[in-house]
Amino acid sequence: MSRQRTRAWIVGIIAIIVSAVVFLVPFAFVLLQAAKTPAEASNLAFSWPTHWQFLQNFWDTLTSNDGVIWRAIINSAVLTITSVTLMVILSAMAGYVLSRKRSKWNPVVNFFVLAGLIVPPAVVPTIWVLQDLQLFGTLPGMILVEATFGLSFCILLFRAFVGNIPRELDEAAVLDGAGPVRLFLQVVLPLLRPVIVTVIVVQAVFVFNDFAGPLYFLPGDQNVTVQLALYTFSGQNLSFYNLLFMAIFLITIPPLIAYIFFNRQIVAGITSGAVKG
Amino acid sequence: MFSRRTAARVAAMLGGAALLGASLVGCSAGSGGSGVTISLMAGGNDPAATKFANTLATAFHKANPTIKVKVDTRPGGTDGDNLVKTRLSTKTMDDVFLYNSGSLFQALHPDSQLQPLTDQPWVKHITEDFKKTVSTSKAVYGAPNGTTFDGGIMYNKKVYAKLGLSIPTTWSQFISNSEKIKAAGIIPILQSYGDTWTSQLFVLADFANVSAQDPSWAQKYTDNQAKYVNPPALAGFTHTQEIFDKGLMNKDYASLTNVNALKELATGQAAQYPMITVVISNVAQSNPSQVNDIGYFAMPPDSGEAHATVWEAGGAYIPKSTTGDKLAAAKKLVAFLNSPKGCEIQNSAGGIPAGPFAISSCTLPSNAPALVADELKYQQEKKTGLALEFLSPIKGPNLEKILIQVGSGITKARAGAALYDNDVKAQAQQLGLKGW
Amino acid sequence: MSTAGTTAAIQAADIITEAHPPTKRRFIKSFYPTWFFIPAVALYVVFFALPTFSSFYFSLTRWSLFDSTFIGFENYAQFFSDPQLYTSFIHTLIYAVITSGAKVIIGFFLALLLTSPIVGRGYLRAVIFFPVLISTIGVGIMFKSLLDPFHGMVNAVLGFFGLPQPGWFTDPNLALYSIAGVDIWKGVGIATLIFMAGIVAIPAEYFEAARIDGAGGWKILRQITVPLTRGATATVIILSLIGGLRSFDIIWVTTGGGPGFTSDVLASVIYKQYQAGFFGLSTAGNVVLFLLVTVIMVPLSAFLNRKQVEL
Repeated sequence: MSRQRTRAWIVGIIAIIVSAVVFLVPFAFVLLQAAKTPAEASNLAFSWPTHWQFLQNFWDTLTSNDGVIWRAIINSAVLTITSVTLMVILSAMAGYVLSRKRSKWNPVVNFFVLAGLIVPPAVVPTIWVLQDLQLFGTLPGMILVEATFGLSFCILLFRAFVGNIPRELDEAAVLDGAGPVRLFLQVVLPLLRPVIVTVIVVQAVFVFNDFAGPLYFLPGDQNVTVQLALYTFSGQNLSFYNLLFMAIFLITIPPLIAYIFFNRQIVAGITSGAVKG
Repeated sequence: MFSRRTAARVAAMLGGAALLGASLVGCSAGSGGSGVTISLMAGGNDPAATKFANTLATAFHKANPTIKVKVDTRPGGTDGDNLVKTRLSTKTMDDVFLYNSGSLFQALHPDSQLQPLTDQPWVKHITEDFKKTVSTSKAVYGAPNGTTFDGGIMYNKKVYAKLGLSIPTTWSQFISNSEKIKAAGIIPILQSYGDTWTSQLFVLADFANVSAQDPSWAQKYTDNQAKYVNPPALAGFTHTQEIFDKGLMNKDYASLTNVNALKELATGQAAQYPMITVVISNVAQSNPSQVNDIGYFAMPPDSGEAHATVWEAGGAYIPKSTTGDKLAAAKKLVAFLNSPKGCEIQNSAGGIPAGPFAISSCTLPSNAPALVADELKYQQEKKTGLALEFLSPIKGPNLEKILIQVGSGITKARAGAALYDNDVKAQAQQLGLKGW
Repeated sequence: MSTAGTTAAIQAADIITEAHPPTKRRFIKSFYPTWFFIPAVALYVVFFALPTFSSFYFSLTRWSLFDSTFIGFENYAQFFSDPQLYTSFIHTLIYAVITSGAKVIIGFFLALLLTSPIVGRGYLRAVIFFPVLISTIGVGIMFKSLLDPFHGMVNAVLGFFGLPQPGWFTDPNLALYSIAGVDIWKGVGIATLIFMAGIVAIPAEYFEAARIDGAGGWKILRQITVPLTRGATATVIILSLIGGLRSFDIIWVTTGGGPGFTSDVLASVIYKQYQAGFFGLSTAGNVVLFLLVTVIMVPLSAFLNRKQVEL
């Protein structure tokens, strides 16, 4: 027994050291750069700053270019929250009915759902559709597009999970006098909590960090999202590496906060054996 | 439910943060009262371009207190070209934007995308050559921004003096100079592929030499009769390959940026840099005391006399999407650009003149950088020629990347030239030219 | 879905519908209202199906800012005859296979490690998943600095040990693989998470039984763990392969497809053509990408799903 414990310790310590080097050192580099003066930061050396100006850089980055970084974080947050909410609601409804209802249309629908996952979006025609609807270059337009692109993944997950909920519960609720909508909202939805959490986290990270989407569909400085702002910021601040890395740090904060909140939920949800591939 | 409470908490936090953030950013875009706010897109994102645009905006606002100007930047090179095209086609372009003249201007479909400026008071002051590069048969669309400038080799005069070298007038002299420089432990020729557009200079700055050998080459090229794969135009490609093969480049050519390369040239770490002289304004910002150490000579040809390739001034344009009050304000800004105050800014703030002006209302200051005198010598001896982009509407989008491949030893010169001829075909067809 | 539960449900439903008049039966059938589909279908059709189908048409035209002229398959001919477009096709395949393969293998072994009793497991799980959260652009900029050939930290360390210091993103032969490495660094966390779920779902009795039978570590791995995580493996392969084939962000921000064209993939070529205003050609590229992904994924996912073992 103790041989197993020593093995657990040795392997553990090695893993911790290796993981720190591989995964934490790059981020430590970001933090150090974010605290340096411009001249020192452009040396790109992994060194302790001789002149610590973290707060100064923090302020400068936030207010630089009319506060573009700040605006980007707000835009991305709005985009993420709205589109994820929309796609979760819509795909929960669709996945639920898809799983429960026996219909000859099911294989057809399944094919289209899979297609949505595989097929890359056709950029220019989508721009045309958005322009026709007067939604091109607007945040609502982008929200609808992001929600659409996330539908397939979410529907697949929801359909699989609703399948795990026994139909007897539905029958019992009906016997208690529940209507179809109440059945969905009060019986099925609460049982789907682990999936909902997983879907929210995965899709939120995806939408928040989406680069190509806003690049094509949401041009314009007012609408700038986090990835785009960082990209143009890097092109503009050729001599200001310290601000650039501070911007990277700032942009990592919202997902980090969300992660710390939901971390326990994800791990619990997934390792409770809910996912069966 | 736990999740609902957390969601509410998170939402409240975000809401508060948003309010705080809005107050931090302050009133930037909001035009209080009767003022107008217009946007200006700078001609690049290097320090000089950014400083120029910002200084111009501030000075204009001082002269016109009811008009605020917001400055945006854009990347240089093909990324910038493509950004401009995309913004125009999606009608999200700034109210005034600074961009190249010549073929890049033609590629914007000016008759349908830009506001005509033919009736503006400054039009009668511009040179005929410049007018051609910002007009179509229908109208004049741009005001000159910056001076004309030359492309060729920028070199460090002090290094040349120290090693007793004289200006090379043929390509073989250039190579032998470079080898002497290398023996002295100084970088002979700088390349800066960290900024992809800089890879094009051996080809583009050689064009005056090509025109000297074949004056109708540009027209034949537009008619799909002349190609880069044949001499005399092939020279640019073979030169790019030759300096790589002979090891005459800096070691970090693949990642060095334009701004850093200029610093090395100014301090004498390197001796020669194939470049367009307009970038001297970046040297004025980073190494002001060494601006006059930098000189210019025309790209040495394989045979014949060296001719300096001239680029016309850039232009300031207004897109069709700017209308009403903003249009009136934008026209004022464009006119201000070449007013006495505007000329002063062009001469100083990040916009040091690199050649003669294209409009008579602006004159060169007495303290123009040393290389301007070098350029004027070629003008006086009538050994100049316009760059290809002012004589032909065709410029393929992938020249920079192809030349990086040639200059890094990935592709051979002739193969690269053939690739570019092919690349240009797509562009010509897209423009609807005959004969392609 | 358990067949036992389904049978019981059907029986229960039969009993209920027998005991109630026809109106109740109709009511039960409409318990899963079809209109639940409608919002999702509306979004899907407008923003996905419609553009995708019209892209098939537009890929056959020369499309500029204003007009489109029908040119048949010329765009496709150009796409496959142009050497740089063709090499980007090859690069896409190489990139997808390398990143997907690495994520599967590394993710699997990391998941094994993180579901075994070792010290610091909770911390390790968090740390490995962390890069997934960082913005791709941020990751690209970060690694561009770390892997700078002359000033970057990685080469400084290598130089200290007297090892060669390659130009990670500037050597034409290395660029694509360096980017793949960064992609793997960023994405292995999700693969590990999915594998962990799969491993944890295996009932403990199987391991107990194997241990009682005297099976060693390797044997357990080969005969229990790997077969019973086929579902997770299939998911990881499918998701990472699709992502790899369509990858754009990280390539664009680190090298822009360079140096020259040596790290161009289909997605970056499509973007460059779109930028240059060659809309017809860009849409044709989209169609090629779509066909490529479909041709690879549909048979592959059919194959993988058939081999799943029922628990």
